[in-house]
Amino acid sequence: MTESPAGSWGRTGSYLDGPSSRTGLMGWLTTTDHKRIALMYLAAMGVFFLVGMTIGLLIRLELMQPGEQFYGAKTYNTFFTLHGVIMIFLFIVPGIPAVFGNFILPLQLGAEDVAFPKLNLLSWYVYMAGAAIALTSLYAGDSPPDTGWTFYAPYSINSGGSVSWAVLGAFVLGFSSILTGMNFIVTIHRLRAKGMGFFRMPLFCWGLYATSWIQVIATPVVGITLVLVVMERLLGIGLFDPSLGGDPILYQHLFWIYSHPVVYVMILPAMGVISDILPPFCGRTIFGYRAIAISSMAIAVVGYGVWGHHMFTVGMSDTARWVFSLLTFLVAIPTGVKIFNWTATLYRASIELRVPLLYALGFIFLFSIGGLTGLVNGALSTDIHVHDTAFIVGHFHYTMFGGAGIGLFAALHFWFPKMFGRMYNEKIATWAWGLIMVGFNTLYFPMLVLGIMGMPRRYHDYLPQFQVPHFISTVGSWILATGIILMIVNLIRSARKGRKAPNNPWGATTLEWTTTSPPPLLNFATLPEVKTGPYDFSGRKPGQSHEEGAS
Amino acid sequence: MNGASTYSGLVDNAFWFILGSSLIMLVGITLTLIYFLVKYRRSKNPNPAQIEDNRKLELLWTVLPTILVMVMFYYGWAGFKVMRDTPDDAMEIIVNARMWSWSFQYPDGSQSAELYVPTGQPISLKLRSADVIHSFFVPEFRLKEDCMPGRENHAWFETTRDGTFDIFCAEYCGDLHSQMLSKVVSLPPAEFDRWLVDNASNISPEFLLQVKGCNACHSVDGRKGIGPTYKGLFGKTETVVTDGEVRQVVVDEAYIRHSILEPQADIVQGFDPVMPPMKDQISPEEIDILIEYIKLLK
Ligand code: HEC
Ligand code: HEM
Ligand SMILES: [Cu+2]
Repeated sequence: MTESPAGSWGRTGSYLDGPSSRTGLMGWLTTTDHKRIALMYLAAMGVFFLVGMTIGLLIRLELMQPGEQFYGAKTYNTFFTLHGVIMIFLFIVPGIPAVFGNFILPLQLGAEDVAFPKLNLLSWYVYMAGAAIALTSLYAGDSPPDTGWTFYAPYSINSGGSVSWAVLGAFVLGFSSILTGMNFIVTIHRLRAKGMGFFRMPLFCWGLYATSWIQVIATPVVGITLVLVVMERLLGIGLFDPSLGGDPILYQHLFWIYSHPVVYVMILPAMGVISDILPPFCGRTIFGYRAIAISSMAIAVVGYGVWGHHMFTVGMSDTARWVFSLLTFLVAIPTGVKIFNWTATLYRASIELRVPLLYALGFIFLFSIGGLTGLVNGALSTDIHVHDTAFIVGHFHYTMFGGAGIGLFAALHFWFPKMFGRMYNEKIATWAWGLIMVGFNTLYFPMLVLGIMGMPRRYHDYLPQFQVPHFISTVGSWILATGIILMIVNLIRSARKGRKAPNNPWGATTLEWTTTSPPPLLNFATLPEVKTGPYDFSGRKPGQSHEEGAS
Repeated sequence: MNGASTYSGLVDNAFWFILGSSLIMLVGITLTLIYFLVKYRRSKNPNPAQIEDNRKLELLWTVLPTILVMVMFYYGWAGFKVMRDTPDDAMEIIVNARMWSWSFQYPDGSQSAELYVPTGQPISLKLRSADVIHSFFVPEFRLKEDCMPGRENHAWFETTRDGTFDIFCAEYCGDLHSQMLSKVVSLPPAEFDRWLVDNASNISPEFLLQVKGCNACHSVDGRKGIGPTYKGLFGKTETVVTDGEVRQVVVDEAYIRHSILEPQADIVQGFDPVMPPMKDQISPEEIDILIEYIKLLK
């Protein structure tokens, strides 16, 4: 890996160029360059996200008024299933690690690539294969899956929809997750630049590190569970189906043992992104570096013990219920710590309100709502009321979309100049941000209200008392979609036509900004050496880049 | 959305406490951020302070939230404890959930499709399901508990006023999940007693079809639903799949009885095997009444 490829372009020029063998389609499909693989993930996930969003809009359209508006209950049920499966398994779980972990992690560590570049390419193919299998369920069998993304037994065992394909797809996607996680763990342990101790890593690396451990440890559990579902469907082995002597609650335990920790897989890297964005735009070091780093690990560990809060109404023993409730509240604390530290980072800062910072602040606001509504779900008596209602749908969109999703948008606007070597139009980007924030809250806040009023989730139709908030929510979905499309159009246009980006447009301190934009194939002309913490602004004016600081 | 059960007030206290303190925190954080944004903007404050950490602050915002969430936990647990302790003098009602309807069985064995209860009397619920997972949800009581196939969950409530309250199925259960609604009707005790006697004497076939939930999937007028219509059923030749083999049967009394007790045995071609097994929920006499009725639907 250290010997440089033919010619001199490996250490200079752009990773996007090179001899013709690298720029053609085959050049991309056989690349082991972490930066190109990141872009391939970005392209695939972007497409899946747009499909998921379109289905989300169709769901909202049907719910605009009570009664059947555009399509029937059967279609509705397959829509929310597909929406959930696409958004979770194809978009937000691979999410930030697959795109920005791949692109940025080696750069931030001062390495030439991840530890296992070929395995990295394999992960992408496994991901694409999993996606293809999951989408096969659309036309294989009599009808698409209609179980919800949770595949609860015994409904999923007996459903006539082609559940097996969707489940198998999720199973294969799990391998991609595990491989990427392993790759990152080894990369972080083995490939840090000279002088970069663990506590000199940027916080984004910490977020990825915590996430990778969860992926490696938790994903096999859901993998085996999903295989058991397929076996039960095909062979009738009777683990989960009570009519065969199985236990449906067992399924839920196995499912949530993975699927709760996995929400931290989504959010921890996003928290890392926010921690990396704040310093340059504040012109100062992050407040409480160690507290933020350690709270990531704390969340990853405690997060394993709280899955039961998805199951407060299934009829678990009352003791189990309060123990899970208590643990759930404990996991809220390290999350709070992060939010307070971010807020404190703005104290006596020198703040330049650019687009990445806008997204970071949007993240803090939306994710705070997600976290605080989570307290309602953690407390026993209130969760009993809001469980399986629109409140939960609102809550998890605030955490997963408002948190991990907006975190991804933030990362996109922060690292865009590095990835494509060009700047985007900041005016349009700001407008898009505004629309997204307004649309988001108009879309999801009414859901919180609806849930408290008693509106159950996964309902194709509803009683008249729920009409007004549903209508507002649907209008919100249009505003949000407009903002997202504006954002995407702006970025795609800018990637091709934007003005050339300097190496360090934000005056940031981490290593990825010391190389050229876009970086050469081997990332650095000479491998960097680290002598300070990641957010050391000493001797530099706010907004100043490395070169300017040095001269 | 006024509470209507004896413990709804306790749940609402927890709601007010959690939502109230959450709102204060959200507004606090947001205003602080905005204040910093304005006060420390680059044009105003070009020289930032490089403050790395502050042990005391870090401790403060770990300890205070810990105390706060422990209070929240306590509030949540306090209401929950009451919800789970069924009083000894409660009247026992069995809740039968199945794809896409509810029925309620009273101590005297009679049944209804809407849940009637006397106001001010504790009601103990035994929650059952004949097929997949459903969830019994009455927002006004702040009550929800799943109906699990293969086991019996329990819950209880006592209404504090007369009235009619919505019941929803809260656990996704298939095509007509959103139609799986019913009502709780809370009556003054004397009126409830009268209702119970009236209801128990009702054995008309129309009533049985409603209470047993057949109407969710079968029509009596020829419309095709989730299942075949009863109209013209008796005497016709039906194509069914038995153990994977397609065969023809002539619909007679024995076939109908078998179809109700063991619905998964013969699946009518063109339909999904979704009919819940009715063995535990319907008596031989009731089946006879239905058969006689179906015979008449030409
Ligand atoms: C969840 C929907 C559902 C409910 C509720 C339901 N059924 Fe069915 N039923 C079906 C379906 C679907 C079929 C056809 C497939 C099969 O044979 O299982 C069927 C078939 C039948 C048949 C055979 C009809 C034929 O054409 O051969 C009879 C008789 C019947 N049901 C009676 C009842 C009665 C009586 C009840 C109420 C106690 C009831 N069903 C409740 C869905 C339902
Ligand atoms: C882009 C705009 C989006 C819209 C309009 C939208 C809308 C909705 C709606 C209305 C539901 C509720 C369906 C129901 O309960 O009946 C829903 C469910 C869901 N959404 Fe979204 N959503 C969007 C984006 C996202 C994103 C980005 C994610 C993931 C990060 C996501 C993940 C989910 C999941 C997991 C469910 C649950 C599906 C289920 O019940 O099985 N959504 N969405
Ligand atoms: Cu149901």
